[in-house]
Amino acid sequence: MNETKTAFKRMKDLPSTHLLGTGTPMCAGCGGLQAIHEIYDILGEKTVFVNAAGCMTLLSVYPFTPFRGSWLYTSMGSAPAGAQGVRDALDILIQKKRIDSRENLNVVVLTGDGAANGIGMSATSGAIERDLDFIYICYDNEGYGNTGQQYSSATPHAARTATSKGPRGFPGYKKDLFSIWASHKPTYVATVVGAEPVDLARKVEKSKKMKGPRMLIALSPCPTGWDFNPMEAVEIGKLAVRTGVWPLKEYADGKVVHTKIPGRRPPVEEYLKLQGRYAHLFRPDRNETLLREIQARVDAYWDGVE
Amino acid sequence: MKRKLLTGNAAAAWGARLARTDYVPAFPITPQTEIIETIANWVDNGEMDARMVTLDSEHSMITAAGAAATTGVRVFTATSSQGLLYGMEMLYTVAGWRAPFVLVNVSRGLATPITLEPDHNDILAARDSGFLQIHCATCQEVLDSILIAFRLGEDERVRLPVIVNLDGFYLSFTREPVEIPDAEAAGRFVSSYDAGNIPFRASAPVSQAVAAIGGTAYSYFRYETHLAAQNALSVYEEVAGEFTRRFGRTHDAVETYRSDEAEYVFVMIGSFATKAKEAVDRLREAGWSIGLVRPRLLRPFPEEQIRRVLTGKKGIAVIDQNLSMGKGGVLYMELASALHGQANVPPLVSFIGGLGGRDITPEEFYEMASVTRTAAETEEIPPPRLLYTKGEIREVRKLQAIAHAERLELEPEK
Repeated sequence: MNETKTAFKRMKDLPSTHLLGTGTPMCAGCGGLQAIHEIYDILGEKTVFVNAAGCMTLLSVYPFTPFRGSWLYTSMGSAPAGAQGVRDALDILIQKKRIDSRENLNVVVLTGDGAANGIGMSATSGAIERDLDFIYICYDNEGYGNTGQQYSSATPHAARTATSKGPRGFPGYKKDLFSIWASHKPTYVATVVGAEPVDLARKVEKSKKMKGPRMLIALSPCPTGWDFNPMEAVEIGKLAVRTGVWPLKEYADGKVVHTKIPGRRPPVEEYLKLQGRYAHLFRPDRNETLLREIQARVDAYWDGVE
Repeated sequence: MKRKLLTGNAAAAWGARLARTDYVPAFPITPQTEIIETIANWVDNGEMDARMVTLDSEHSMITAAGAAATTGVRVFTATSSQGLLYGMEMLYTVAGWRAPFVLVNVSRGLATPITLEPDHNDILAARDSGFLQIHCATCQEVLDSILIAFRLGEDERVRLPVIVNLDGFYLSFTREPVEIPDAEAAGRFVSSYDAGNIPFRASAPVSQAVAAIGGTAYSYFRYETHLAAQNALSVYEEVAGEFTRRFGRTHDAVETYRSDEAEYVFVMIGSFATKAKEAVDRLREAGWSIGLVRPRLLRPFPEEQIRRVLTGKKGIAVIDQNLSMGKGGVLYMELASALHGQANVPPLVSFIGGLGGRDITPEEFYEMASVTRTAAETEEIPPPRLLYTKGEIREVRKLQAIAHAERLELEPEK
């Protein structure tokens, strides 16, 4: 990121006024809403959000919206295709001189991890392959949050969800959405978290200047789904980064760069033990096997990073 | 204006071209492919000033179509059968966006078993979606109906997407002489696209298709869509009337053929109705007083016209190329509800045939006329008749025997 000029060097450089309105029905401490707040401030109001079914669908409930820009709800599986239709139509209108180019908009897909990793994958892959000029924001709360946190393919190993309440939690492993995107060779992919707002701001700033398919995957600590006190949301986001569970990185020009490499990583259990979804790893007895496995996976990831 | 031999698919492509379509989201499926191949070639050659994009599925295709129409361009798309059903969620969704565009469906029977030739279960599955439906019997009608459909759907009293339906193979691949309207005249007829009050523009933000939680707001929007669809009945009359004045061809919401003074009437939709016309002529020669009624508009359903042309008859043979499992023919149910409670309602006799492209022969039309007359005379209405011959059952038995023999051949010896 050093090679790029940025307006966001430290916290005080971040926008002090906010675009997204208040009074939404999101849960207290929603890490997804925090990330969207921060992203929207930098994207600006010349945007049309194309939404797929999920928590954030409830941001715009007739007749209210917190957005100053536009909004189109599509379906759970086809938000990138909705973005295609809007983008193509705006291009045609400008090209045929039926509207002024000042009427142009940034087309932004907004979905949860369920749509991004599962039901919307075909539409997403197609949009990247067609080199659609859009930004995709995935708020990743690691489960089907809006329906009560059933596991999704973004749920981490061993997490308890409404559909994995057994002693070992979710048996699968979190799908690597970052690499799936990167394998399509899009313009840009980045991971972000609202708890690291300067890193997030630089990535939004950078992606906003680019053309083509761009993805921001925002880890979204979810008090109701992950079972923690809403006041811990920011701390959990920071711990996700410091323990190495959520690597902050970006893909551009065929290269992956880590934007924040944690120095001495605290044990992952510092992150896990704050969340009720991992309580079964600590009580009634410590599940050393699972804790070791989770730590080993994180260590192995960072061993592979230069 | 020029006259040319065109397939139904080519006629559909001409309709899109003459309507000055801006945008064509596509996904290939047999037997629709010739439509999008033709358009793709025109776009590549600069003969059509449109953008065509192949999406990853019909679900995505219909999403993109609705989104682009909402943003403010004229959109045409086409699919068939499994594709229409794959996009079904979005048919309902984009109709609610009140985003007018035209979708051509080339009818094809639905799985299972998977097949290629036509019947109407695909299009009738979309009956309650909010899309208006125009059903064609000739290639000329396909082209003309697309021009009419754009005007109808875009009318400010309607603002709904429209499906123009043609039968796979029988129309899609059959060449008929088609008059291609002059491009200028067609352009004047459709006029320019108006995005209405919901386009996405930087200077005028809008929220489109937001959630409506609670039945009160939800019901309001659903009722609005229904009322708009009903408005399409009178708007259709206006638009089709103007089409006749400009181009000289008449496409009534309900076509009648030798039915005005007839005692008995066949009722059916789609291209097989041309077979019914032939049967009417032969039966007339044999002394029958019989005709045909063919609804072109299925949504909105032209109940008044249907009542006007069917009450007072001696008997009606309703021929459905579809099958609602456990009930019967969908067109039969539509007619029964339209006629219920009216005076002088004739007996309705239900026939199911032509599934998966199976022919309906002249002899079967004669038999249906005869069964209907008997029902009228005896006042005993038979249960729905599934058209099928002894020869066909013998054919299936043969296929089963082969399948059985082949399986025995492969089974290890016991």
